[in-house]
Amino acid sequence: MSTLTALARARAAHAGRAVPITAVRHVHLSDEPLVLIPLMQAGEAAAPLAVMAGTDRAAPQLLLVAQPRNRDQRFDFLTRFAEVLVPYIAARRQHTETVEPTKNHDEWERCTDAPQLILPNPAGVEALRLLGRSARFRTVDGPYPVDPRVPLLGRYLTWFADDRAPMPGSGVCLALTSALSQHWATGQSALEDQHLPALLSWIDPPEGMSGAEAALLAEDPDAVPPAGPTTDPAFDTGVLAPLVRAQEEARAAQDMRAVAKAEEELRVALAAQLEPTWQTVWRGIDVLRGLPAAASDKPRWQVDRGRFTDFMTGIEEGLPPQPKRPSAVAAARRLADLESARQSYDRSQAIDDPLVLARYRVGGEAFAGRITFVDAERQEIKGKRAWPRPLVVLHTQDEVILRPGVKLASPARVAQTVRLRAVRRGEAGGYEVELELQSGMGRGKTPEEGSVPLVGEERCYATFLAEQRGTRPELPETDKTPWTHGGPPWPHVARAEDQAEEWH
Amino acid sequence: MPMSPSVPQATASAPAPAVTAARLDALRGPVPPRSHDARTIAALTVNPGCSRRAVLDAAGVDKRKLAERIGFPARYGQSPFAITRGLAFEKQVKADGCTALLELLRGEPLHFDVPEHEYVDLGVEPTADSGTPVTVDRAGRYERTRRLFARVAAGEPLLADHPLLRLDVGGRTAYVEPDVVALSARPSGASESAPARLYVAEVKSFAVIDGQADPAKVGAAATQAAVYVLALRRLFAELDVDPRIVADDVILVCPKDFANQPSAHILDVRRQIAAVERQLARLPRIGALIADLDPTVDFDLAVDPPEAQGESGREHRSGVELGKSLTMIEARYAPECVTNCEMAFHCRAESRAAGGADALGRSVRDSLGGIQSIEDALAVADGSAGVGSEQHEAARLLRAAARAYDEALRVTPRVAEPEVDV
Repeated sequence: MSTLTALARARAAHAGRAVPITAVRHVHLSDEPLVLIPLMQAGEAAAPLAVMAGTDRAAPQLLLVAQPRNRDQRFDFLTRFAEVLVPYIAARRQHTETVEPTKNHDEWERCTDAPQLILPNPAGVEALRLLGRSARFRTVDGPYPVDPRVPLLGRYLTWFADDRAPMPGSGVCLALTSALSQHWATGQSALEDQHLPALLSWIDPPEGMSGAEAALLAEDPDAVPPAGPTTDPAFDTGVLAPLVRAQEEARAAQDMRAVAKAEEELRVALAAQLEPTWQTVWRGIDVLRGLPAAASDKPRWQVDRGRFTDFMTGIEEGLPPQPKRPSAVAAARRLADLESARQSYDRSQAIDDPLVLARYRVGGEAFAGRITFVDAERQEIKGKRAWPRPLVVLHTQDEVILRPGVKLASPARVAQTVRLRAVRRGEAGGYEVELELQSGMGRGKTPEEGSVPLVGEERCYATFLAEQRGTRPELPETDKTPWTHGGPPWPHVARAEDQAEEWH
Repeated sequence: MPMSPSVPQATASAPAPAVTAARLDALRGPVPPRSHDARTIAALTVNPGCSRRAVLDAAGVDKRKLAERIGFPARYGQSPFAITRGLAFEKQVKADGCTALLELLRGEPLHFDVPEHEYVDLGVEPTADSGTPVTVDRAGRYERTRRLFARVAAGEPLLADHPLLRLDVGGRTAYVEPDVVALSARPSGASESAPARLYVAEVKSFAVIDGQADPAKVGAAATQAAVYVLALRRLFAELDVDPRIVADDVILVCPKDFANQPSAHILDVRRQIAAVERQLARLPRIGALIADLDPTVDFDLAVDPPEAQGESGREHRSGVELGKSLTMIEARYAPECVTNCEMAFHCRAESRAAGGADALGRSVRDSLGGIQSIEDALAVADGSAGVGSEQHEAARLLRAAARAYDEALRVTPRVAEPEVDV
């Protein structure tokens, strides 16, 4: 945790209200997100109990499984879940735009929109991942045939929860608690921030209440049901277990009226558990929408749209479902992707957001201050040519621990690399930093208009903004995986073992 | 500070054990003691410096009841669905003298060389409620366990179900109850002459999907199993048998993927054993801890039966008195306590009321440079308070953070261009 974030938490605790730690919103919000609140049965690996879903806050759909341990009911539930998700995704696949060819890529068609799932918390995303894993290897024939939409749903959920959700900067599958705590520091601990109603209470308390008071009230599971995917054990004991039993007994007695009655009661009980969370999630989305989107929001969402197009194309071309375990090459590639996404997400946030950049100032990786001297004429003779190498002196109150020779860049002009030449203690306190501009000044002998900072200008320079972007490690083609890494992976075949996978 | 240097060391000036035991009994009052179990011993590795929990546990105070009485009822409890599933799975693994378990060990991928075992059930069926008061004769059961393992040490292949083991925790004896089994086996590849070792098998009902399970659950299971290994080794040491007969590895039995099919996994718990051992050794000697306690401190939760029907019983101590006693023993609160200790909500309220940085979590407290109070940290940050020389670095960072934050608020961020409505 950065000192700045720790300080923000201390300030929030003191004020009784959350404190912003970003100036802009760094997660994309779709115009029409699909909100999903999964509830899973306690003690089982992936037994769905219910899902509340929808793109319209006034009209949530409630899907439920009357007996989560019953295999047929579970697949029936997944089919109905697919009926919600598949059309939502198909609608975003319809329209495309042409992307101009580049050096490495031919011209291609990219979807103009991508789906966005919003879940209350990371545990909800994990529940989706498990549902996806349990459904994607199912087949329409074999020992336990399922509706063709079930394996498709499995692949979609896997893509959202396993492929994209962990990818830094991706917005197609958001956990609301993570998105909110990325933008606000509360006066409670990070552990307590995982509780959505409490977290939101700190950020947006009801009238006449402090965030701290509201969060305390929101923690009471009797007053505010937990945001899932696990239900309150007291609810399981007092409400759910008797209803499931009543429903089972009615079924055993083949009393269809009693079955319908029990199921209706179950529906009412689960709706009562889910509806408060449904409202909270939408309120959380409103709060996030209240922040202006960062400048990098569009390019980031464009990446998501591209990945979505790739994924859909893969399905249309008949690629097999995502493997249970990635091959060696795929895993290495994935790791490199995650690292470079992390780097580029951190970087773009720091460029867009002065509050994010401030964290690096405290850590000594950046400093900010006023330009006190500029020699724009300065040149360096290299070979037969003279290169512009303007000299700039910046006065900062930040403690500068960087060594001469370090390369830096400023969010005001990211493409311009400067070299730190010397650091001196300022006469009136602070530090005088002497910088040499090395690039980003055009091709001429003299710097382009506007490419050199002016005396009096406020600038911030940071080391990581000048770092070379990580290049992907060179990896062999998948079919040339060396034996040290298990050799080329076996092609996927729908195995009877997968179809017959027991699922109690 | 949890342990000030002035706290006398046990060897130096601790009172005699009998005195300590009497004082602990007095602390608890006339109610049966609650004892440590593997779960609470494992929890010691999480927050070992908390004197409050150490004293309450040593005195066998029912912390859950105590928390209720002082107005901070802990929301613990397991879903009946989870309990049913857990019991059903354990029953399945242990059916017919643990046939399924032995098959797992002999089969893929472990290939253990397991001789035919005689199955001995040393205990009673575990009940759904982990909080059942201990009514069985524990000393007797321990004695039976001890005799059985003496036979095992002599080379008899015995499979012990529900053994009862003992462990010294902070100067008091705690019983731990592996709801599991210990059996002797030889790992695959070991030579014929290699001695068979004793393995602790732990049956858990969380799923291992594609070879992966929830790391938090595996971690908790490993620490619990380490407690059993440790207790088993102590027993063999008492029997004058080399404790290394008990393997460092434990066998974790979990459902595979989405089925109820059990699968066995080897867990190396050496690290956990070392952690539990270290914490047990480090536990502030209870005698020294309670020797300094105010004589008025006690946690008597007893309630006398009502004199007349319809009246409520007379509590020996009111909630206020109990709360006051609690405040006289130092706690070391961290947000993670919520998952391990029934007193957590009380300690949290106390920490918050005192404006303690602990309530914000360890990483925040560390980033505030060891300044204990939120008020102080803020005063240092805005320059209105000075600090001692040892906090100079923390103060520098805090001031830099405050300045950077406040300056950044005045800088215009880069926002996305507004969408043009079509």
